[in-house]
Amino acid sequence: MVAELVTGKTLVSTTINGEPVEFMCEPRESLLEVLRDTLRLTGSKEGCNNGNCGACSVILDGRLVNSCCVLGIEIAGSEVTTIEGLATADGLHSVQEAFLEGAALQCGICTPGFIVATKALLDKNPNPTETEIRYWLAGNLCRCTGYDKIVRAVQQAASGTGT
Amino acid sequence: MAVTRDEPIKTDDFDVIGTSPVRHDGVDKVTGRALYGADIHLPGMAHGKVLRSPHAHAVIRAIDTSKAEALPGVVAVITGADFPDPGEHMTQAGEGGAQSIINKSADIMARGKAHYAGHPIAAVAARDLPTAEAALALIEVDYEVLPPVMSAEAAMAAGAPIIMPDLRTDEDGAELDGETNVSEHSVAEEGDLAAGFAAADFIIETEYFTSPVHQGYIEPMNGTAWWRGDGTLDIWGSSQGHFGIRGEVSELLLIPVSKIRVMPMEIGGGFGGKTTSYLEPLAAVLSRKSARPVKMTMTREEVLKATGPTPGTREKVKLGVSNAGKITAAHVNLYFEAGGFPGSVLGAGVITALSPYALENMRVDGYEVLVNKTHTGAYRAPGATMSEYAVETAVDEACERLGMDPTEFRLLNASQEGDLRVDGLPFPKMGTVETTRAIQDSAHWRTPLEPAAEPHLRRGRGMASGYWMNGGGMSSAQAIVNADGTVTLREGSMDIGGTRTSIAMQLAETLGIDVLDVIPVVPDTDSIAFTGVTGGSRTTYATGMAAQLAAEDVLRQMVAGLAEVWGVAADDIAYENSTFAAGDNAASFKEAAALLDDADILVTGKTSIAPTRPGPAIAVHAADVEVDIETGKVQILRYTAAQDVGTAIYPPYVEGQIQGGAVQGIGWALNEEYWYDDDGLLRNSTLLDYRMPTAPDVPMIDAVIVEVPNPGHPYGVRGVGEAPIVPPPAAIANAIYDAIGIRLRTLPMSPPRIIAALANNTKE
Ligand code: FES
Ligand code: FES
Repeated sequence: MVAELVTGKTLVSTTINGEPVEFMCEPRESLLEVLRDTLRLTGSKEGCNNGNCGACSVILDGRLVNSCCVLGIEIAGSEVTTIEGLATADGLHSVQEAFLEGAALQCGICTPGFIVATKALLDKNPNPTETEIRYWLAGNLCRCTGYDKIVRAVQQAASGTGT
Repeated sequence: MAVTRDEPIKTDDFDVIGTSPVRHDGVDKVTGRALYGADIHLPGMAHGKVLRSPHAHAVIRAIDTSKAEALPGVVAVITGADFPDPGEHMTQAGEGGAQSIINKSADIMARGKAHYAGHPIAAVAARDLPTAEAALALIEVDYEVLPPVMSAEAAMAAGAPIIMPDLRTDEDGAELDGETNVSEHSVAEEGDLAAGFAAADFIIETEYFTSPVHQGYIEPMNGTAWWRGDGTLDIWGSSQGHFGIRGEVSELLLIPVSKIRVMPMEIGGGFGGKTTSYLEPLAAVLSRKSARPVKMTMTREEVLKATGPTPGTREKVKLGVSNAGKITAAHVNLYFEAGGFPGSVLGAGVITALSPYALENMRVDGYEVLVNKTHTGAYRAPGATMSEYAVETAVDEACERLGMDPTEFRLLNASQEGDLRVDGLPFPKMGTVETTRAIQDSAHWRTPLEPAAEPHLRRGRGMASGYWMNGGGMSSAQAIVNADGTVTLREGSMDIGGTRTSIAMQLAETLGIDVLDVIPVVPDTDSIAFTGVTGGSRTTYATGMAAQLAAEDVLRQMVAGLAEVWGVAADDIAYENSTFAAGDNAASFKEAAALLDDADILVTGKTSIAPTRPGPAIAVHAADVEVDIETGKVQILRYTAAQDVGTAIYPPYVEGQIQGGAVQGIGWALNEEYWYDDDGLLRNSTLLDYRMPTAPDVPMIDAVIVEVPNPGHPYGVRGVGEAPIVPPPAAIANAIYDAIGIRLRTLPMSPPRIIAALANNTKE
């Protein structure tokens, strides 16, 4: 049996990385598909497409979400921050600096997700404990680093916050 | 981080080696700019999907693709009939063990039979993914479902269903008669086993089981192919070795390697799993048929079901031990599930099983057995973790019986230079003793474990060793001196986790320049000479050595060029402290580059080599655990991982390899396993149910770098990446025993197994 495809594109107006964006999307398309395939913002990665790896993490109206579990049409009128929105003309974001300096990445596929998740954490809690960091990042899988240098990079980014 | 260096090969005060520069590809990776295989979008690109067998074991009587082909938007449909007969020869793209090309071809696209659930039966390319998925549902397959055989034991039993009727057992080189699921029985033996056991004061005899576990790379497999009208083919994918993919696609599709170009995309983890092709040949055939680029990516479910995890295994260990604490004899039987096709990592399991020890009498029997599971592949130190887990746990039992500290026992029996490995090769210089001492002397080992705070929590400490032989193989590097004195380094190793920098550092050290003045590039397969797969912990060793030699070539050419410019004899030019000098003439490296450029003298150093003395790695780990006897959960409290790395070229990434490998080993020890049901279907094919360690599951991992330089490398490098996954399962099993007094002999030691073991123990 072939599932009937629900088709018919909707025009969605939203804000991504501070800029107004419009795109057409099918009701079934995830935010991750829209970002990667329609808008070609391929910095958000797909590791599982069902909410279990965090590689697709973005910040949606101040909340950390897995963009593979959000529909594209849901972000109408929202503000989305992706990994592409962190660095500015003045340079890297402090979390990006901390990951780079702290060797907190190996293959790098999980890195955009961890950096976005870390930004979301530090926006809320500028001085997390190691336990708070580890539990906050429980939704982001890294298979390369064993998390040691990631946790230290978050601590480094936190200690650099506001100083 | 503690560093001990016993004997420097060249100089003790390196300028670049041992420093921690920011990696060259780092900015792209923290900004999301780095391009991985799935990030490719090509003009007119179609999307491919694979129809996979829903049955673990079935004859394919017929496939009807006509309805799928008729669906609007479908541009190509392929089955096994679209692939040529590739002939009979062995291929070895990666480190998963040699495999016959005809079996590889039947594994990537079934020919007449499904060997496992998830086996590709057909593939479709369509204008978008939903159309491709709809087309898959229109393909009609007539299966004759057969009973599956799901364990080595069942597959070896009389009357077991036969997976490949033509298979004959390779009995240590000779072919046996008769249908079987046993593809191989190999034997490695040294000394006199019977005499060794007769000399023992006591015997330890035990048996172990491990489940298949997956590499768990976060980037799913992908492959994109674009066949041009002139018969040449471009491929983008996720591979540890683009030359390996080129070779395999060439052999599978019978097209010359010169017609295939494979692009060096960033790779989101591999750990041995991405050393062979799955989607690339399918995408290529779909692209040829549809005259468009075709992109294919696997879902996580497909990755778990149908790419090669490491084999599930059974091990029997028999140790003869004297009261003085010497192993007098050891015999290990290994049974490795190859999965649905022959070819596995058994060979490495045989070689590594006993290698932390100097033994006079030893034998390892290895059996490779087909089962109806996905064909297995390589996973970090392939084969070693399973076989050494068994031996290292049996050794712990011997230590307990002797009342001897397990580090002392290992020092007493340590394999060292000149001792024989089970396959008869003498060990080269390696740091078995130094690395064991590093653990023995660590604050961790010397600090007594504090008792748990609650009565339902039990604490224990364990340790284990691991040996991995490391690899050499072919590597190429080219160093181009630019007019501004920077050097473009072209090298052929796919970079999984920082090797562009660890290789550039060796070039910079030899040239006497800043590593940030090196621009490392991994070009496509048309644009650099052959280089083997990034696997076997070979890259920083072999490609690093190629870069070091290319740098020497650069210096020779620069001296020759300056001799011309200055009108002096080349022999009179010295290069010291980054300055070329001859009499009154002097030029820094950068000044020399400019002088040569002005004189129209171009300098390109190059090397292609196949070094053969990689130098083994020894890892020794200590673990403290806390077992909750109510829930069965094991928490790692403290973890120390010492390793002989030869020379630590790029220390933060050496530590990172050790930490990452240790945590993969922790996952293997405690949670990761493939759950198949009685029908042979995988029941935990998501990352929720296939439970890899998360940040709260583990503590900081204390990496202790030990440096016993490898005489087979100009800077003493040994491979680092693989050995750290070997000790954790045994170290943790030994710690759990220390905590609860029960030996768990099946991996993973998950909460249900701990609870069951505790319950059995109370009954007895
Ligand atoms: S891709 Fe979204 S959580 Fe894994
Ligand atoms: S750096 Fe590879 S998965 Fe995290």
